[in-house]
Amino acid sequence: MLLSNLEIVPGKSVAQHLGLVQGNSVRAKHVGRDIMASLKNIFGGELKGYTELLQESREEAVSRMVEQAEAVGANAVLNIRFSTSSVTQGAAELYAYGTAVILD
Amino acid sequence: MYDLIIFLILMSLGYGFGRVAEKRHYKSIIERETDLNRIPAIALRFPPPSLKPQHTVLVMGSVVISIDYFKRIAAGLRGLVGGRMMSYETLLDRARREAVLRMKEQADGMGANMVFNIKLETASISKGRKNKIGSVEVLAYGTAIIPAAAAVVLN
Repeated sequence: MLLSNLEIVPGKSVAQHLGLVQGNSVRAKHVGRDIMASLKNIFGGELKGYTELLQESREEAVSRMVEQAEAVGANAVLNIRFSTSSVTQGAAELYAYGTAVILD
Repeated sequence: MYDLIIFLILMSLGYGFGRVAEKRHYKSIIERETDLNRIPAIALRFPPPSLKPQHTVLVMGSVVISIDYFKRIAAGLRGLVGGRMMSYETLLDRARREAVLRMKEQADGMGANMVFNIKLETASISKGRKNKIGSVEVLAYGTAIIPAAAAVVLN
């Protein structure tokens, strides 16, 4: 599965468009990380726990998108976009979407 | 009275540690930026048609970074009179440059020589807690172009 946020793949052509595929993941932070984060709010600096948490959930969103793409028989997802939204306090939704295509 | 003492302690802790942390962060950002300048991050949507690589990979880098207590109070005061909020400007600047660097580091590990179609996305994490926007997340992503020779090694 080729993932790319370009609209074309250099050296290859798109044989068939299969439409939008998407994946999302909503994660809540846990208390331990929250306590560390509130300490960091005093000193400033990187919140490593949150960085990891968001990375993990973004990977999950991508893997769900890939699952969908595999289900429709694609071999690549092009023009991938990410978006983040806070649903409630303490939770964030990570969303990934793109166009499933069959490449020659 | 105790509240005031705690407030002053928090202010001075934030001022001291925050300044040191920011200086150190900027130093490391500048060092790594000069090192990674060999991988240009290009915001074009299409690579030039002359380019015929074997391999393209999605790369991304993200960072969550928080402002210190002193700067938050300083920004709050600035909010009363208006004008540039320097403390948030440096926070976002650091976060963006760090995210781009992490993305480039990932691309570098794969032997890429450039990254196309860079997108940057910013989200505030601790929104809603009494309007205190203390930390931001920045995500940078793009497509790494890996030359054929390096792609063979990768496979």
